Amino acid sequence: MEKAKKRRFGIIATIVLALAIVLGIAWAMQTAANNSKHQDTLTRVEKRGQIIWGVKADTKLFGLMNTKTATPEGFDIDMAKALTVQISKQTGVPMSASFVPVASASKIQLLKNTNIDGTISTMTITPERAKVVDYTQPYFDAGQSLLVKKDSGINSIQDMNDSKYTVLVVVGTTAAQMTKQFAPKAHVIALQDYASAMQALKAGQGQAMSTDNAILYGFATENPDYHLVGGVFTKAPYGIAFDHDQKPMVDQTNRALDTLKKNGIYNQLIKKWFSNVPGLDWHELEVKS
Amino acid sequence: MTLLQHYWPVFIQGFGYTLLASFIALVGSLILGTLFAIMQVSSMKWARVFGDVYVQIFRNIPLLIITLFLYLAVAKVIKMTGFMAGTIGLMLYTSAFVAESVRAGILSIDNGQMEGARANGLSFNQAMRYIVLPQAFRVALPSLGNQFINLVKNSSILAFVGGLDLMYQGNMVAATSFDTFTTYIIIGVFYLVITLPLSYYIQYLERHLKRKA
Repeated sequence: MEKAKKRRFGIIATIVLALAIVLGIAWAMQTAANNSKHQDTLTRVEKRGQIIWGVKADTKLFGLMNTKTATPEGFDIDMAKALTVQISKQTGVPMSASFVPVASASKIQLLKNTNIDGTISTMTITPERAKVVDYTQPYFDAGQSLLVKKDSGINSIQDMNDSKYTVLVVVGTTAAQMTKQFAPKAHVIALQDYASAMQALKAGQGQAMSTDNAILYGFATENPDYHLVGGVFTKAPYGIAFDHDQKPMVDQTNRALDTLKKNGIYNQLIKKWFSNVPGLDWHELEVKS
Repeated sequence: MTLLQHYWPVFIQGFGYTLLASFIALVGSLILGTLFAIMQVSSMKWARVFGDVYVQIFRNIPLLIITLFLYLAVAKVIKMTGFMAGTIGLMLYTSAFVAESVRAGILSIDNGQMEGARANGLSFNQAMRYIVLPQAFRVALPSLGNQFINLVKNSSILAFVGGLDLMYQGNMVAATSFDTFTTYIIIGVFYLVITLPLSYYIQYLERHLKRKA
């Protein structure tokens, strides 16, 4: 009797638990579905009077957290500020810019969940990403490159096509997917962010770090023992991304971007952030009119 | 579901590494933890101090820091991959908690047991091994079970050092498929596949030992 009772309790408890898990997942799916419901970004930011930009906080020159002021600083941040001012002028609605640090892996989800309105975070325009988010025109011409120790003897990505080499990349970057195509035999290890990838490179966990040249320049300026080799082996222009199907917001931003390129503000920002990078001819980055 | 089908080999690879890391760390931490528990209750002062210092250090530092230290600093001297660094970190960290559980188990055994065994001519080590520890483990089992379930979940630390485990692969899949939400639900279910049988097994052991006693 006692035993049968216990067993019945066990069975009921198992069923209740299983139900709870199933219901939990169903609820989570529902929330996800709600989040993906269409909301017009332009209407939302105009109503709020503020554009929330997802930016990098770990990338020198583009978006790096200033630990003294606890605000991110960099080319992306200045671009976002300039764009916000320009969009305010165009729409006649005064708007301010606020910044949320995002990681490569999470920025698209944050856009989808409307935690951020747009993201300007060293994000390469790719056809797969363009299926899930809307891109503006490119605002920066980047491409993948390699950072290696100066005495490593590695001169290009082709040199690394050997199973004794490990290439360090960052989760969610285009480099994480492209490296295998250029060096199929090499091991690829993805770290959580650029800072840990650089630390891992210094610790000898890999022989090279691969990502966009623009980001590697930042690391090369700080670590004189390391340099870039092999030039740029992919074309990976950066774009500003919004949630899918946000034509009004994308159009406004493209117009603002054009204006900034024409009125010289874009070139000023290029000069401000890239004129001191060793080995980089920053004039190449300027827009010629 | 298409996500699961499409990335099945990736998930399975991650699952395998998580299982392997958990198993190595579980066995290792059980052995290490028991050793340090014995040291802590030993009559030799240096052993007590050593055991205490070890437990306090590894119990009170975040697992992430231990692992990153192994991966970024220790690896400069002794070559180790992210998988090794993560597994060793996990083992050291958990062993401190295991030591505390086992020590509690040992302390719960009446002193008379040890004294009786010693009076019958067993050495300290023999008495520990044949008389005290078997009883201590029975007492410590529920809290050890807790530690081991935590260990499996904590193995997600490997993701931070490129350890190729479930969490690492999950991050990669989320980043390539852009479907973060579904990916993490799938990963969560995979963890359940390991932790649920483990916790039922511990429950079974508890009941089994109780009946034997």
